Amino acid sequence: MINAWLVGTIVAVIAGVVGFFVVLRGLAFPAHAIPNGAFAGAAGANLLGVNILLGLGVCALLTALGIGSLGRRGRNDVATALTLVLMLALGALFLSRSVEYEPQIYSLLFGEILGVSTTEILPVAVLGILCIAAIVVLYRPLMLSSIAPEMGEAKGIDAHRMEMIFLVVLAVATTMTVPVVGALLIFSLMIGPPAAARSFTDRPLLAMLLSIGIALVTLWSAITISYLSDWPIGFFVGMFGALSYGVGRAFTALRRTKLLPVENEPALAR
Amino acid sequence: MHQFWGWIFEPGFFSSQPVRVALVIGGAAAVVSAIVGVFTVFRGQSFAGHALADVSTAGGSGAVLMGVNPLLGFVGFGIFGAGVMDGIGVQRARGRDLATGIVLGASIGLAALFLYLDTTSGATTGATQQILFGSIFTIDPTTIPVVIIFSIISIGIIAIVYRPLLLSSISDEIAAARGVSLRLVGLMFMTSLAVAVGLSALTIGAILSTALLIGPAATALRLTKRLGRAILVACVLGVGSTWLGVLLAYDSYYWGSSHLGIPVSFVVVALIFLLYLASGLPMIRAASARRTPTTSVMEVAGR
Repeated sequence: MINAWLVGTIVAVIAGVVGFFVVLRGLAFPAHAIPNGAFAGAAGANLLGVNILLGLGVCALLTALGIGSLGRRGRNDVATALTLVLMLALGALFLSRSVEYEPQIYSLLFGEILGVSTTEILPVAVLGILCIAAIVVLYRPLMLSSIAPEMGEAKGIDAHRMEMIFLVVLAVATTMTVPVVGALLIFSLMIGPPAAARSFTDRPLLAMLLSIGIALVTLWSAITISYLSDWPIGFFVGMFGALSYGVGRAFTALRRTKLLPVENEPALAR
Repeated sequence: MHQFWGWIFEPGFFSSQPVRVALVIGGAAAVVSAIVGVFTVFRGQSFAGHALADVSTAGGSGAVLMGVNPLLGFVGFGIFGAGVMDGIGVQRARGRDLATGIVLGASIGLAALFLYLDTTSGATTGATQQILFGSIFTIDPTTIPVVIIFSIISIGIIAIVYRPLLLSSISDEIAAARGVSLRLVGLMFMTSLAVAVGLSALTIGAILSTALLIGPAATALRLTKRLGRAILVACVLGVGSTWLGVLLAYDSYYWGSSHLGIPVSFVVVALIFLLYLASGLPMIRAASARRTPTTSVMEVAGR
């Protein structure tokens, strides 16, 4: 149980930080595609008898680079969709070659946070620190190219290169989180809390902190309720993610009708 | 000569019932997906097109749990999800993707619960894999009429809103100025998309559903700038790769000595992906650019 709390906390912080930029840059689809692509890697690693984390990492990176390079001339959504189905089809091919895999499929898709072992924490922590470090180093150019790509270009920030770098960060974040919360649920955690946070405030740094906070509350309460009720954690993460977004939208709607004071801050690009 | 055909079509290809069902349903799904897909790609709604497959999966697993016909679960929940996406979606593309993501996240959570309850109730072993990956070779032949009816509904909706849909896909402003209700057209399109995707997700699996929706349409839109022609090309490419994929997957059982066939979904997706890559080759691009005048309306929206 202690392991679940520890890993859950690390995952929520990463999801809050990386997810903030996912929402800001409109990368919801790649954020869904990369963990699913990584899933193919797990199936492949299982077939070859290699470490699952290695398989996840390689395939997450392949998906990220595929999306980035195919989507070079706009049409990001088509590139993402095609890369995603190609990886999933590879996963289906690997699965057809191995037998007795179903429980593992389920846990890789929907996560197994309550069964995390102590040896699994270290790689998650290391990759997590790597992600946060990358975001800290890239913070200013990444923020600029997310909000005002033209201004970024003028300051010498190559928008496409920045996109590729961020997709790689997303791939690293995915690799460490998939075995813990599952391919499908890391997506909910990266979209719901940051989207909610952005409804509450327009200040980037505050929004990011809020996003971490909401992700933490979501995951902590999901772990608790899942432990008590024995229902899958993924259900609670998915529901709380959508719920926090709903509350955020309601808050924005209230603010629009001037029931709440409006912040006099320059708005983020919506 | 006989030997040659026997080499291409391994024994029993045409007399096999599952193969015939696969060819019919796969072909129908490919045609519907191609027609709806051209608009999906054109409008930049690939994410919604893919997400609806997962959303309907949640409905399908819920239906299994409640003992309702899975098809109703698939299509019904898909339409409901599409409505919610459209309802909370902001008009701009980024907001739309976010709305899609939220609905997708919630549905995946529900699917997790339903699948968990399905497996613990013990009645349906292998339900996870069946619903997530589907298989074109295990379709129940009695579903053919239902599939055809839903296909006609999906294409019918597109036919009804064809002109306003085309107009609003090219430019919201122009369409609004001409008196088109963007909300209604958008909702109609999403409904058609949900029916098409739910249907193909149930029969051929979520992977193939997205592949057939996006791949042939994106390839066709690279080859021609005219919408009618693009739909035709997409249909040909979609049906062609599905049938060829079924054939190769069937034959693959006879390759080598291990008798481990290659999954149909992999073969079809590989074919579709190769077609898409080939359509981006400079010489093919140049050839198709020569054939079609660049001043067509599609150019305007060919972002």
